[in-house]
Formats: sequence, structure tokens, C-alpha cells
Amino acid sequence: MRILVVEDDKDVAGFVVKGLREAGHVVEHADNGRDGLFMAASENFDAIVLDRMLPGGVDGLRLLETLRAQNNNTPVLFLSAMAGVDDRVRGLKAGGDDYLTKPFAFAELLARVEGITRRGKGEGPATKLQTADLEMDLLSRSVKRAGQKIDLQPREFRLLEYLMRHAGQVVTRTMLLEGVWDYHFDPQTNVIDVHVSRLRQKVDKPFPLPLIHTVRNAGYMLRPEQP
Amino acid sequence: MTAAAQAGIRPKITTSLVLNAARRLRVWRRRAPQREFIRSAGVRFGILHAAVFALSTLALALFLWWSTAGLLDRQTETAINADTQGLSERYGEGGMMALQETLDQRLAGNIDDDALYLLADPLYQKLSGNLERWPARVTMDTAWYDLAIERAGRRGMARVHHFELPGGFHLLVGRDVEVRSQMAHLLTDALLWSGVVALVLGSIGAMAVRSLFRITLADVSATARAISAGDLTRRVRVSGRRDEFDRLAETINDMLDRIARLMDGVRQVSNAIAHDLRTPIARARARLEDAATHATGEADLRAAIERAETDLDGVINIFQALLRIAEIEAGARRSAFARIDLGPLLSDLDELYAAVAEESGQTFLARIPASLPAYGDRDMIQQAVANLLDNALKFSPSGSQIRLEAYGDPRGGCSILVADQGPGIPAEDRVRATERFFRGESARNTPGSGLGLALVQAVAMLHGGTLRLDDNHPGLCATLTLTTLPPVPAAQVNTSSSLDQRPAASLGA
Repeated sequence: MRILVVEDDKDVAGFVVKGLREAGHVVEHADNGRDGLFMAASENFDAIVLDRMLPGGVDGLRLLETLRAQNNNTPVLFLSAMAGVDDRVRGLKAGGDDYLTKPFAFAELLARVEGITRRGKGEGPATKLQTADLEMDLLSRSVKRAGQKIDLQPREFRLLEYLMRHAGQVVTRTMLLEGVWDYHFDPQTNVIDVHVSRLRQKVDKPFPLPLIHTVRNAGYMLRPEQP
Repeated sequence: MTAAAQAGIRPKITTSLVLNAARRLRVWRRRAPQREFIRSAGVRFGILHAAVFALSTLALALFLWWSTAGLLDRQTETAINADTQGLSERYGEGGMMALQETLDQRLAGNIDDDALYLLADPLYQKLSGNLERWPARVTMDTAWYDLAIERAGRRGMARVHHFELPGGFHLLVGRDVEVRSQMAHLLTDALLWSGVVALVLGSIGAMAVRSLFRITLADVSATARAISAGDLTRRVRVSGRRDEFDRLAETINDMLDRIARLMDGVRQVSNAIAHDLRTPIARARARLEDAATHATGEADLRAAIERAETDLDGVINIFQALLRIAEIEAGARRSAFARIDLGPLLSDLDELYAAVAEESGQTFLARIPASLPAYGDRDMIQQAVANLLDNALKFSPSGSQIRLEAYGDPRGGCSILVADQGPGIPAEDRVRATERFFRGESARNTPGSGLGLALVQAVAMLHGGTLRLDDNHPGLCATLTLTTLPPVPAAQVNTSSSLDQRPAASLGA
């Protein structure tokens, strides 16, 4: 994917650019708002990682508003030290697709960037999801693996649905809390791990190959082959 | 030479002008106490008081003047008219002779010596009467005159009426109105004196009020000065008279108490931050330094870096929790208040945490009504209850029971109860348990930041409620009460009573 990183802090920018390149993406970098806006408007990117506070007279919000006013719908992930709930709401209202507050773990950033690009591709309303031999029918709300029916609680169904929609990507615990439970805080206890492990009991345990993998220091990933 | 001298003098003049101005400024400044006197609120009250006093005296005098003078004028006119009536009747009966006779009779009977008569021939020569001669000004018929007259060496004021008689004779009928002018004098004098009295009394009043203000406010301003100089223990003296000044003093003292508490809070929090953040940062630093000097392979280095990362994540979490609490306490989040249903909200949390409890061998009992309407911030309440459940799970041993209950009260508020069977919090620590960074003895060995209950408390306050910590025999029973009610639009006031009943009704269902 072609990703534009607009970030003025040299260390953060270097860290993000290097990480995204290592993950196999083509990355361009702008260190001020004006250059960022010029590049975002004149070239085609699959995603933009955008800092809120930028030098050069154009801050992140202005940049995004200008971009959206030109009918440019490139998915945008805000990356900001402004962590207040209202700041977050303002960023999303301006047209941001996701909002990540500094400091952050790179795995979280990568997962979210990949998340918004998938959303950005605008897949039609799928009625079926499939990963390897795991099938999910969204209309009848039923799950089958290797032709065998799996009974899931509603919440387990939504958890699996989220993992399947992000198959092949890392999903962090925070993403699961937000996406599946709509919670915007981090519990002190390992609630997510418990629920994922319960899902594993039903989806992975009766079968030879596990699909749900734990990614160390990051979260989980649903993928067909063994690592 | 003169030109040069002039050129030399001019700067001197300018300098002396500047010096003069400076001196004048100094003098003006030295006069400052006088201006301060004028500016004093007490003096202003005094002046105002004297002015009102003087005005009311003036108004009273004017009223007296207008009413008495008017009455006198009317009496004079009536007397003159009656006189004239009698005289004209006499004249009609007996002509000039009879008139003259009557006049003489009246003059003889004029005991008060206030009636004035003058009969004159066509050439204005006196025929009879008690005036020396015809007054020069009076020539017109049927007109009233105010005259200065002189009789028997005495000057006075008179009001007269002039008649033309057939045959060119003239008649003046009048009354001496010296009394009226004497009264005017009297009133003017009284006014003058009352003005002097008002001035004196007003000045004394001004001084009294000023010194009263000074004495009372001196303590307030001395206290304020001491506070701004950093002495937060000073308080304004309360005289015990229960007057306005006492109320002011009490209000100021309350405010100072609150400021002192806030300052204590800030001091305590900054100490705690310094301590609680220094510990994980120091740990991370030590790990990295140790790895840098002693690590033998890449695996060692990686492990050390990862552990340091975990420590730093802890620091970040503490920061985020602190910011969140500060944000809630600032009350800025009230914009997100809405009508919410606690029933499904708590059921979701129940589902999320019941699995965790089961995993660690604890029993999780939830008693939540299907619907429990409330008014508040959804995210905040979720996080507050999650914090309570986190604590309950963290501190409860395996095999113990955790309860999550919710119920509404008839006034529209609601309570959420989380009880566990862990070590609990000793009674003496319960008050401090909601302070930031407070960690009880039993919590020392459990991971956590000591901010969880502080956040719950902040959320409770934001919702006009409380967080109560009780003994669960054994364990802790935390009750979060929310009392905020939705703003009732004027048109819906009538339906509000039925809304209040809803929580109770839904509980029964």
C-alpha cells in the first residue's frame, strides 16, 4: 500500500515510516501541513497517517477538511497527543476514519492503518465471510468449520465476525474493546484474553489447525496457515 | 552674546519646567491621603446620607412654604373681597358720604392694624384712609397689587385691590401681609440651619461609617494579604454579631478552606505523581542500563527492552487515568449527558466480566433490572462500573462471590452496587481510598495505579452522586449512586412525575 505520513516530530516520523516500510508498504513523509496537503491532494495514497498539530500554517484538522472538501476520500488515521474525548470526537467529525493517541505501540498503529484501508475499499455488504475452512453466514448468523456447525453466543459471534473481517491483520485488545463491545477504556483485568480464549475453545480446539493466533505484545490475528 | 545666553537659558527653563512638574506630581502624590478620603466608600455613604437628609429638609420646607403662603394669600383675598362687598353696599345705599363714613368707622375699629383703606379724588389726592398718599404704581382698575408700603415709619408688604368709583374717585382696599414675608424669613433661616445641621451630621456619619468600614474590612484585607503572601492558615475574624460582615467573613473563610483543601490536594497529587511515576520510570531505566552493560546476547537485550516497554506502558496508563480524572472533575464532559438505559449497559458489563470471574474460579452474581433509565454519560458510567468490577476481580480469592446489583430509587436516581469477598478496605482507610494514588496495605502487592476508585468517585460527583464504601463482611461493598435527572422542558413538567415512577415500576417487572 502507498501510505502518506504527515508528522513533524522527526523521531516519531522515522519510527512510523521505518515500521510501515518493514511491513511492506510504500511510505512518503511530509513534515509540515502545507507539504502534506500538497502531496495528499496531488498524489494517490491508500491511507494517510496524520498528526493533529503541525507547523506550516495548516494543522491536521484543516488539512483533512480541505482534502474532504475536494471529495478526496483517502482513509485517514489521526495520530495525536491531544487525547481528550472531545479532541477525538472533533477529529472523527472532521472526516478522520480512526484516532490514535500518542504515545502508541507500533503494532496498534499498523493494525489501525490496515483496518481503515480495508474499510476504505468499500466492500459491498457481504453476507458471507470465509477464512480457510471457517465460514460465517451473516444473514442466518451461523458459523461452520469444515462443514461442522459451531454454536456461538451473540457476543462470541460478533467477536469472531470482527476477527474474520480483519483476517490476516493484527487486531489489538483496544480495537476489540472498541469494535466488539463499544468500550472506550482499557480494563485492568484481562477481559479480552478470557473472551478470546473462550472463542478458541469453540472454534479452534476441536480442529487440527488453529486459526486464532496470539501476536506477542500486540493482540490477535486470524489467519489460515501456521506462522 | 545675548543670543547665546538665551540659547543657554532655554534648556534651563525646560529643565526647571520638568522639575516643577515632577515636584507638583510629588505634592499631588503626597495629597493622596486626601483623595483616598474622598474615595473611601464610607465617606461616599456619608455624603450620600447628608445629601438625602438635606434634600428631604428642603422638600419639607418648600411644602410648608407653598401650603402656608397659599393659605394666607387666600385668606387675604377673601378678607379684601368681603370688605369691598360691604363698602360697595354702603356706597350703593348712601353714595360718597356713606362710603367715607363707613371707612372712618372701619379704620376706627381696625384693631389689628392690618386693614388698609385709601379713598382719593380723581387727581389721586387723599380724601380719607390710613395710607399717607396714593401709591404711584397703582393706576389700573380691578387689579391686584403687591406693594411695599410705609406707615408710621414702619415698612411692610401689602396686598391691595384698586377700584374706580363713579365720578373719577379711586378706592384702594388692602391688607398688610408683613406676616407672610416674616414667615418666608423664618423658613429660609430654618432651611439654612437645617442645611448646616445636615452637613455636620452627614460629616460625622461619614466619619463613623468610614471608620466602621475600616475596622471591619481591615481584618479582611489583612487576611487576604497574608493569604496572597502564602500563609494559607489565616482566617477572617468572625465577631459573632451575625450581621452582614459576619456573613461575608464566613463566606470568605469557607472559600479559603476550599482553596486550602485544593492546595493540599494538588500538593498530595504532585507528591504522589512524583513517587508513583518515578518508581516505574526508575525500574525501566535500571533495566535498560543493566542490559546495556551486562547483556550477553541479543535475546537478553530484547527481553530487557520489552520489560522496559511494559514499565513505560504502565507510566502512560497512569498519565491517561490522571488526565481522564482531571477531565471529569473539570465537568467538561457533561456535554455528553443523555438519557441512557442502565439495564442493557450493565448486562453487557456483566457478560464481559462474568467470563473472567468464571475463569478464575469466582462466582459472579448479577441482579440487574431489564430496564433502568438514567441520565448521564454512557462511557463514564461504563468505565466507573468496569473499574469497580476490575477491583473486585483483582482482590477476590478463588471460590469467593462477586455481586453486581442495580436498583432505582423513587426520585429518579439509581444505585449500582459491586460487592466482593476480598480483603476489603479497613474503616480508617475508606475515606482516603478515593484519593488519587491511595493504595491500602492489602493492595501493595497487587498491580494497579491507585487511581481506579478516584475515577469512580469523579464520575459519581459528575453525576451529582456519591461513591459509598462499606464492609461486606468480609470484603468490600461499593455503591455508586447517580442522581442527575434529565432537564425537564417546561412543557413536560406534568409528565415528570410519571417518569419518576418508571425505575420502581420496571424493577417490579
